[in-house]
Amino acid sequence: MGEKGEYNLSIAKSIMVEIDRMDIKKLSECKVAMIGITKRFPGVLANDKVNLYVKEGEIHAIVGENGAGKTTLMKQLYGLIKLDSGTIFMNGKKIVINTPGDAILNGIGMVHQHFMLVPPLTVAENIVLGMEPVKGIVFDINKAREDVKELSEKYALHVDPDVKIEDISVGMQQRVEILKTLYRGADLLILDEPTAVLTPQETEELFTVMKSLKKQGKTIIFITHKLNEVMAITDYVTVMRLGKVTGRVNTKDTNPNELARMMVGRNVLLRVNKKPPHFGKKIFEIKDLWVKDNRNLDAVKGLSLQIRKGEILGIAGVAGNGQSELVEAITGLRRAEAGKIVFDGMNITNWTPKQVRKAGIAHVTEDRLKYGLIVKYPISYNFILAHYDEVPYSNGGFLNFNTINTKADKLIKEFDVRTPSRDVLVGALSGGNQQKVIVAREFYFTPKFAVVAQPTRGLDIGAIEFIHNKILEMRDKGIGMLLVSMELEEIFSLSDRIAVMYEGEIMGIVKPEETTVETVGLMMAGARLTEIKADDSRYEEKDV
Amino acid sequence: MIRDMKKKMFKNFITFFKRDTFVIPLASIVLSLFIAALVILSIGKNPVIAYASLIKGSFGNVQAFITTMIKLTPLILTGLAVAFGFRAGLFNIGAEGQLSMGALAATMFGVYITSVPAIIAIPIAILGGMAAGGAWGAIAGYLKAKTGAHEVISTIMLNYIAALLANFMVNGPFQAVGTGIPKSPEITDAAKLPVMISVQASSLSIGIIISLIAAVIIYVIIQRTTVGYEIKAVGFNPYAAEYGGISIAKNIVLAMFISGALAGLAGTVEVLGLHHRFLGTLSAGKGFDGISIALIGQNNPIGVVFAALLIAALRTGSNQMQFAGIPKHIIIIVQGLVIFFIATERLVKTLILWKERKEEEVLQK
Ligand SMILES: Nc1ncnc2c1ncn2[C@@H]1O[C@H](COP(=O)(O)OP(=O)(O)OP(=O)(O)O)[C@@H](O)[C@H]1O
Ligand SMILES: [Mg+2]
Repeated sequence: MGEKGEYNLSIAKSIMVEIDRMDIKKLSECKVAMIGITKRFPGVLANDKVNLYVKEGEIHAIVGENGAGKTTLMKQLYGLIKLDSGTIFMNGKKIVINTPGDAILNGIGMVHQHFMLVPPLTVAENIVLGMEPVKGIVFDINKAREDVKELSEKYALHVDPDVKIEDISVGMQQRVEILKTLYRGADLLILDEPTAVLTPQETEELFTVMKSLKKQGKTIIFITHKLNEVMAITDYVTVMRLGKVTGRVNTKDTNPNELARMMVGRNVLLRVNKKPPHFGKKIFEIKDLWVKDNRNLDAVKGLSLQIRKGEILGIAGVAGNGQSELVEAITGLRRAEAGKIVFDGMNITNWTPKQVRKAGIAHVTEDRLKYGLIVKYPISYNFILAHYDEVPYSNGGFLNFNTINTKADKLIKEFDVRTPSRDVLVGALSGGNQQKVIVAREFYFTPKFAVVAQPTRGLDIGAIEFIHNKILEMRDKGIGMLLVSMELEEIFSLSDRIAVMYEGEIMGIVKPEETTVETVGLMMAGARLTEIKADDSRYEEKDV
Repeated sequence: MIRDMKKKMFKNFITFFKRDTFVIPLASIVLSLFIAALVILSIGKNPVIAYASLIKGSFGNVQAFITTMIKLTPLILTGLAVAFGFRAGLFNIGAEGQLSMGALAATMFGVYITSVPAIIAIPIAILGGMAAGGAWGAIAGYLKAKTGAHEVISTIMLNYIAALLANFMVNGPFQAVGTGIPKSPEITDAAKLPVMISVQASSLSIGIIISLIAAVIIYVIIQRTTVGYEIKAVGFNPYAAEYGGISIAKNIVLAMFISGALAGLAGTVEVLGLHHRFLGTLSAGKGFDGISIALIGQNNPIGVVFAALLIAALRTGSNQMQFAGIPKHIIIIVQGLVIFFIATERLVKTLILWKERKEEEVLQK
């Protein structure tokens, strides 16, 4: 114990020095100041004497590479994990936060990337959950609904208090999460990558909400990997790298390139190396496919498409227009009601996921935690998820740990998964690094065809650049690909053709170099390409 | 430099122990014994004497030791049965019924297969018992896979069916001729498990060796095989398992079969090694003990062996405690507390970390 004591003492001293050096005035100006925060996980120094100063009423961005320690820092502020050492000041006073309850009492609220809502309950019930208004001893639902209405009007966060969580969009659920923190009296909101799961429209709406909250005097800490969002909405930026703070800057004094450089320590081009395509023969085809969603409504309605070897077909569209159901039907996770899916000359309609995979189709899933990973398995086990029963990963029913481990080390290195070892449970990785594990696994086994959904969700810009080039590398090897993404930029820069989905149908298929974002946007809103073309020609005729 | 390394190693060492699962059960046991000691004190008895007689009664002499080992044998197996189910995310409450079906089948093989040498009779009876227990478990697995019926409900119902069937058999078609007592005929000598040590009336068969081998095999299956990989994957995250091409239905049935086969083996070794006949009400709650044992052993086969040893020793030693004038039901308090503490893992963790926190708080001031 003695040595550990000394170790802590040295950290405590360095904190004292830090506090001495600090402008006391600055401290009292801060809504929240985290000083000398250090957090060690086995083999990782996740936060290394981090200082964070957040001023009252500002929107404060925290940016940094995957695994830089952003989420860890925020979880300590919210009492989800205990800090090894360091001090938190709020409104100039030292506070101790051991549990989320302490954080809530201090007016701190956090919206996690993975929502913590109860799907069968209504919006109002979810918001008041744990602090239910009561009449006598019974739950007063009317008061709850009144409270929620009042709150949502006050902050211009419009929700319907009576719908069930399971029936509303991701963007709405996020709103409910925000209302939940406000209901508990939060005046400091932590939003951890809130935009990763939002459509561009929903992001815009979130920004409106954030601005209105700011106007009401709330302070917001906002974590994101999208630098344009940082520029658009924030006042101040703290940059983290490898557990340390590497930069602090006023948003108006910086630009995306500089931020990128501070984050990854090099210039990021964010430009892909797209060679002219070499299409082979048709490898994949869908004919008149019908798929139902969880509520038993038609989600994919008579969809048809074809993909050649060496071709990337991008699916653009607002989330919830049948893309997920389409992907699940192809990969065997959901029944196709009618129609045909043909791969490599085989009718693979309603094959099991195993059959589909063994036929040579890889699948990068959009739902990382539900489908993509077994968080209680180590990284090395997750890498063999669809191939554990194949030589050389197993032999006669026995796992072959040597090959499994060698392969894991190789993939960790190649895809830059930030982890102390292949034996770490995937659940202990940062969000972005979890994503890298999925992409690495699916791309490693050189499939013949790949269904790739939201491949770069939650990744930092360096990692996005890397994955984009990987995707193109696969295409140049002659692998056909169906790419589903909410990021229009991603769709435009990678696809050879873009199909736009709206309400389960394809509105039109265009080539990225022959179209505009506006045209695709119109199709995403439900206009058919034929209609747009007709409109255009009329317009041109008038012009002439 | 070296100091730094030492510091780091020390820290890693601490975190390793904090993380490792066996600290919780161990701490829970110590804590429970401590609280039970207070209870003993409060009724005016001496806890030191109580625990000394407990140890003496379970390990104090060869006979005590043999008795403990005899009790231990089926407990390891029912513990393994429940633990294996848990690994697949299944709560097998039906070890009780699977055990008696296994015992029944093993007895039938043992009675009707005559005029073969032991080297053939014993394996056949064992496989027969395991198959019967496995099939009984697999019924619940199949119902879950096909209809979604929850295994807790279906295994409980299967327990009733098994109990009634066992009762019917020993009172009817499978009753020992001319006894009028509910018990089956005795198995042939060839089917009886060889005895290792014998003191007075108690004799220890190789059943305990079979149990230990089963623990090792289950450990290997869970840790090193593709079967274990699949079953754990389904237990941890069925969606991801399915996405990776692992059949949920197949693995639920398989896991329930293996789980049931282990419980069936427990019944089998009881028959072949101890009772040499089927008594109908043979289990006496060993199937349910399996649940406590799996919990204390943290679903780890090696942990299960030690947890079973704890329970067996408590049971055997309690008689001696009674002789010393301390109510034997104290051990039920101990057992209950252990399970309570393990189930409320957080509480124990907090207690373990408490001292350390104090230290840190002092430093922070
Ligand atoms: N519970 C945990 N156990 C062990 N290590 C952890 C745990 N949580 C986080 N880590 C490690 O701490 C480091 C920082 O993780 P953190 O989640 O804070 O990163 P991040 O900056 O939020 O990254 P991302 O942008 O990918 O979300 C990572 O190396 C991660 O593996
Ligand atoms: Mg994060």
